[in-house]
Amino acid sequence: MTYLSINILKAEYNEIALLKGLANNDSKAVETLYKNHFSTIQHFIENNNGSFDDARDVFQEAMITLYEKVQSESFTLTCQIKTYLFSICKHLWLKRLQQMGKYSTPLSTQEESISVETDIEAFEKKDAAYAIMDRALNSLGEPCKSLLEGYYLNKKGMQELAAEFGYTNSDNAKNQKYKCLMRLKKLFFSQYNIGD
Amino acid sequence: MKQLDDIQLLEAIERYLAGEMSASEAAQFETIRKQTPEIDQMVVEHDMFLLEMGNYANRKNFSKLSTETFNNLYNAGEWAPIDEQTTKFKVIQLWTKYKKVTAIAATVGGFIALFTSTLVMYFSPSLNGSQVLQLSKAIEVIKKNQQVQGHILNEVKTKLPENAKLLSGGSGFLIDTKGYIITNAHVLKGNGAIVINSLGQELNATIVYADKSVDLALLKIIDSDFNQPKSIPYSIRKKATELGEEIYTLGYPRNDNDIVYGKGYLSAQSGFEGDSNAYQIQISANPGYSGAPIFNNNAEIIGIINTRQKQAEGVAFAIKSSKIFDLIEAAQNEQSNEKAVHIAKSMSTSKSSDRKKQIGEMKNFIFNIRSYN
Repeated sequence: MTYLSINILKAEYNEIALLKGLANNDSKAVETLYKNHFSTIQHFIENNNGSFDDARDVFQEAMITLYEKVQSESFTLTCQIKTYLFSICKHLWLKRLQQMGKYSTPLSTQEESISVETDIEAFEKKDAAYAIMDRALNSLGEPCKSLLEGYYLNKKGMQELAAEFGYTNSDNAKNQKYKCLMRLKKLFFSQYNIGD
Repeated sequence: MKQLDDIQLLEAIERYLAGEMSASEAAQFETIRKQTPEIDQMVVEHDMFLLEMGNYANRKNFSKLSTETFNNLYNAGEWAPIDEQTTKFKVIQLWTKYKKVTAIAATVGGFIALFTSTLVMYFSPSLNGSQVLQLSKAIEVIKKNQQVQGHILNEVKTKLPENAKLLSGGSGFLIDTKGYIITNAHVLKGNGAIVINSLGQELNATIVYADKSVDLALLKIIDSDFNQPKSIPYSIRKKATELGEEIYTLGYPRNDNDIVYGKGYLSAQSGFEGDSNAYQIQISANPGYSGAPIFNNNAEIIGIINTRQKQAEGVAFAIKSSKIFDLIEAAQNEQSNEKAVHIAKSMSTSKSSDRKKQIGEMKNFIFNIRSYN
């Protein structure tokens, strides 16, 4: 009895450690998640009219969903990671099959799953904003795109960027960044509406 | 000078939002913010922007990490596809590379004003609207470059005229090698039309004739880029079709330009409320399938999808193919220059019973149709 409960505790502890690693972009944690769970999803999707590539893409989305979930402060683990990832993948895959015009296929599976509607919704909202930002950045052209990515994505300082882009001083770089940023915001907000 | 001030202001806002100001500086800034609604607005907007930029950066960096991890494990032989040959798919175009953008269409609850086309079910009052759905795509699109979500088409130069507004869309199919296409009249809500083939090539077309009472329309491709095919791999059936006959369709129900295959059977010899111009079919029809051809196993077109019953999933209606001949005749009577339409009446090259092969040949003759003003 004692032995068993210790094991359960250990398992939970491992899962929490894994999720913390995931939240901190720890590549070891990401690798462990892939190693432990991808093959289940692969089997599930390949047995339900999907390909290996479908499995890869769906699993990647489930990983992103989990990643974004663990980053929020209110995150709590209500089930095993395995169950969570499987539930997300199942939901996403079912949806995709429906979009492809394949309704009412009862998915064959023995895996346990939970309801993940709200998490999928959160993922999709972010996905929409992501696509808008991506499109806006990509339509900026150079050097704007790289300059802003350097500043906002890679968190480089203005001086570093000035050197990298060959501006004589950081004021020139700031000036350029400002112009680029105004264009980006205009592009972004023209497609992104708050609320409603 | 003005711009310098703006740059400084933005810098101040960024420092304020990042919590980099000293307490006294922040207090001073908050006072200014309270007194100046414009500045307050800028702060709110920039905060929102930075939040989205942060989300974007997080996801982008994580996706990269995740992809790299996957690729490393894959290359190290951690997994392999179970069996590459077990393809029992009934859909031609699977997402070999799933495009993230498609998820946008599924975004819930108006949080985002979609900038790309949206699938909207279209209710037609004239068609007993509450019970039947027309299957055209209502497209909420403002700018010409944004008509399709997929990257593929955005990179292709669009043939829509400047300032054109896309109004509707659906599917259609070639009936004559010279470029005549049949679709539903309700697919064409605008005066102009472009058609897109399964490879994503856009072609200009004109609306030759439309008959709203039977919901059919004739288009003609007028574009020097159009390569006239030598023959059409299907024919159009003049006679009625048997109950229970297995049928399939090819159309563009999705927001991108991927053609989708659907399978079903003929379930009644008449359409909605006994409409003798139509068949009832059992097929999962989505908006966007409007105008899509329905084939039997002999590669004959037996009908054109136009509506589906709202309450019953999978029940759709199709206009009988014989109506195509009536439409052509009417078009020729009205416009003498359309005398030259030669419908593929007889069986042509393809009588192959191999469905995959049939589809492979046919898909180039089925078009994604968009109508604009």
